[in-house]
Amino acid sequence: MRIARKKLPRWAAVLLFASALLLMGAAGDPTGQRFDRLGHNLMCSCGCNQVLLECNHVGCTTSDQMRQELKLSMARGDSDDVVLAGFVAKYGPTILSAPTTTGFNRVAWIMPIVIFFAALTTVVLVIRAWKSRKPPDPPATGVGTGSGELDEFRRRAREETTI
Amino acid sequence: MFGLVLSVYAFLAGLFAIIRNDDPLGETARRAGIAVWVTVTAASAVLVYCAFRNDFSVAYILQHSNRALPGPYKFAALWSGQEGSLLFWCWLLATYGLVLRLRHKVDTRLVAHASVVISAVQIFFLVLVNFAAHPFAMTVGTIPADGNGLNPLLQYPEMVIHPPMLYLGYVGMTVPFCFALAALIMKYPGEKWIHITRRWTMIGWLFLTCGIFLGSFWAYKVLGWGGWWGWDPVENASLLPWLTGTAFLHSVMMQEKRGMMKVWNMWLIFSTFLLAIFGTFLTRSGVVSSVHAFAESDIGPYFVYFLALTFAACMFFYVRNHSHLQSEHKLESLVSRESSFLFNNVLLLVAAFAVLWGTLFPVLSEWVTGHKVTVGPPFFNKVNIPVALCLLLLTAVGPLLAWRKTSTESLRRNFLVPAIIAVAVGVVLVVFGMKPWVEISYFYSLMTIMLSVLVAATIGSEFIRGGLVIARHNESNVFHGMWLLTRRNTRRYGGYIVHVGVIITMIGFAGVAFYQNNEQELGFGDKMSIGPYTLVCRSYTQDDKPNYSSEWAILDIYKGGKQITTMYPEQRFYKASQQSATMVANRSTVMEDLYLVYTGKNPENGRPIIKAHLNPLVWWIWAGAHFILVGTIIALIPNMQAKSKKPSPRERARALVEDEVERRAPVEAGND
Repeated sequence: MRIARKKLPRWAAVLLFASALLLMGAAGDPTGQRFDRLGHNLMCSCGCNQVLLECNHVGCTTSDQMRQELKLSMARGDSDDVVLAGFVAKYGPTILSAPTTTGFNRVAWIMPIVIFFAALTTVVLVIRAWKSRKPPDPPATGVGTGSGELDEFRRRAREETTI
Repeated sequence: MFGLVLSVYAFLAGLFAIIRNDDPLGETARRAGIAVWVTVTAASAVLVYCAFRNDFSVAYILQHSNRALPGPYKFAALWSGQEGSLLFWCWLLATYGLVLRLRHKVDTRLVAHASVVISAVQIFFLVLVNFAAHPFAMTVGTIPADGNGLNPLLQYPEMVIHPPMLYLGYVGMTVPFCFALAALIMKYPGEKWIHITRRWTMIGWLFLTCGIFLGSFWAYKVLGWGGWWGWDPVENASLLPWLTGTAFLHSVMMQEKRGMMKVWNMWLIFSTFLLAIFGTFLTRSGVVSSVHAFAESDIGPYFVYFLALTFAACMFFYVRNHSHLQSEHKLESLVSRESSFLFNNVLLLVAAFAVLWGTLFPVLSEWVTGHKVTVGPPFFNKVNIPVALCLLLLTAVGPLLAWRKTSTESLRRNFLVPAIIAVAVGVVLVVFGMKPWVEISYFYSLMTIMLSVLVAATIGSEFIRGGLVIARHNESNVFHGMWLLTRRNTRRYGGYIVHVGVIITMIGFAGVAFYQNNEQELGFGDKMSIGPYTLVCRSYTQDDKPNYSSEWAILDIYKGGKQITTMYPEQRFYKASQQSATMVANRSTVMEDLYLVYTGKNPENGRPIIKAHLNPLVWWIWAGAHFILVGTIIALIPNMQAKSKKPSPRERARALVEDEVERRAPVEAGND
């Protein structure tokens, strides 16, 4: 047991704990919260470009009707996927407030993650490269300027040129 | 037109003066640049004068003003439409150019180069105003007796200041861009240019931040949907240069302190300017659907050409002169201030990419698949919240790291107490009912608050420990010590105050997970409950004014059985534009906002329909904005100068101790 605990890195334990929290999060979902969640996954179709539950512009009859449709669909016992599919069938794919995770839409979700990890990897590689890099050669002419002197020159330049 | 001619002269004469090293010619170019400001100021003043004179022979005034419009909104008409706002943009750019040229003695040659670049940008905007979106176009046919009026959504005090602030931020990013490009073109020796650029960037960033917060405040107060940020493409457009500008303000320290990341900084400034122009393109081209449809037109292609040309110019000079941007130092450790800045930059740029990607994905999707999709708040929240949490963590750790290298022992010693405080706060919150396992949003909220506490604790310990040491040597109290500490290094401690503002704002954001709402039709004496509040309808009525007619409800608000206030949610109908708008009634406290919207009335019985929102912690968002503002202003103030009087040996010894304390306190962190 002790060996097993030693083998589990700390970051993995943190990850497990976070995952457990997320899984537990999926357990409870009362009707009000479900309506709120689904309503935020849909857009109002009146052209106001707002999320269904946030469309409040004066005289909008569409959002009221759509909210009623959502409540009816939930009352029928439809699953989340069926509810959303019903709206897509009636209003088209732009009724969803975020891209789905199918087809080309997957690219929308994947790209930020790819960029995130690519950027992190690049930074780590850059830091490693910098660590192993030789310091630049001193100037070819004139007296060499040390790092401390450069810092002093920078400080003086800043003082003298404050805009 | 005269301004355009002068700008062309300032550009060409400035260019030839640099090439031929002709100082008198350069001076004429500088004066021509100053004269551009006079002409554009005159044009702007004339347009405002037309608005106040109700001169509807000018088509722009006809479309954006009316006789009954109050004076401040007539003034705001200048930036309320496409043509006027472009003229306003020109004026701001000319004003920045004026300041730049008046301060040319700071570095005559660098400013001469920067003036040429700013003239080129000025030419583009003056071409737009003269040929694509003319603010003085005449009304065709019979001149109507009254104008169409200002969009009701713009008739709020916040809208009088929000666009100018945002424009000051957007246009302000032109100046650092000009200095950066100028420095690259002339292979500027040393780093004076980066110091000048940093200050200008900070000024632009300050205005952009104010503009973004004012826009959020306006959306919250005016649009009546109970939120302050909708991830609308135009909102996103303002966030993009803010993110890259923030990245620059951090990474520039690496260049100043260690002579590193020169290429990176150069491109961050270029990107910030390009994104500011891109944001303007998004606002005005209609290329993506937006609720900000005030100023859509066909001027989009002009911006595309300008963006392409600017990028090409940046790339050309970079390829030609990039050898000039060689790093002076190497990075010594992964656990160092330099590394934290690198990761900070990466996270800010990933956030910027995610926002840009989400904003443009509908266009890409339509292009690839033939079907448009919507990319709304769920996408942006899911992608950006984890990045924001990582940034918060870095904000906590960064100040504890020293330049070059930090020992793990030192980091652990300084991090332990703040970490314990943060975890303790988390435990208390869970004990008092914040259950992160119920909803992912609760989990994010808890993490946000815990990380914010962590940041506050690290910053607090920096101030207190430094303040205590100075107070001990000055024989004063800790607050005076902290005051001296801040004045002696305004940039560092101003920056910390900005960070405090950011965490206060983040705590405000965390409140969104606990939002509630309720909607109900209310007759006389009817009640509605939301959270701890009970709303009782005392009455409802209507009024008629020259500019608009209105209906409103009078609601008594009870909490714990005791009446605490009366609120008046209202709906207005603006006569000139024939459009309606809501006037939200909001009771804001530190814990929550009770936010009431008059959404309409039942046509059968005339009873008002009231929507109530309970928005926790919103007050914190605006409070955080004030801290950011104050912190940035402090960071812009020069450090306290040494006294001119010759100090006594005792005073010199004390000053040396303070310097040493500041340099090393509280850990072996650097000076920024």
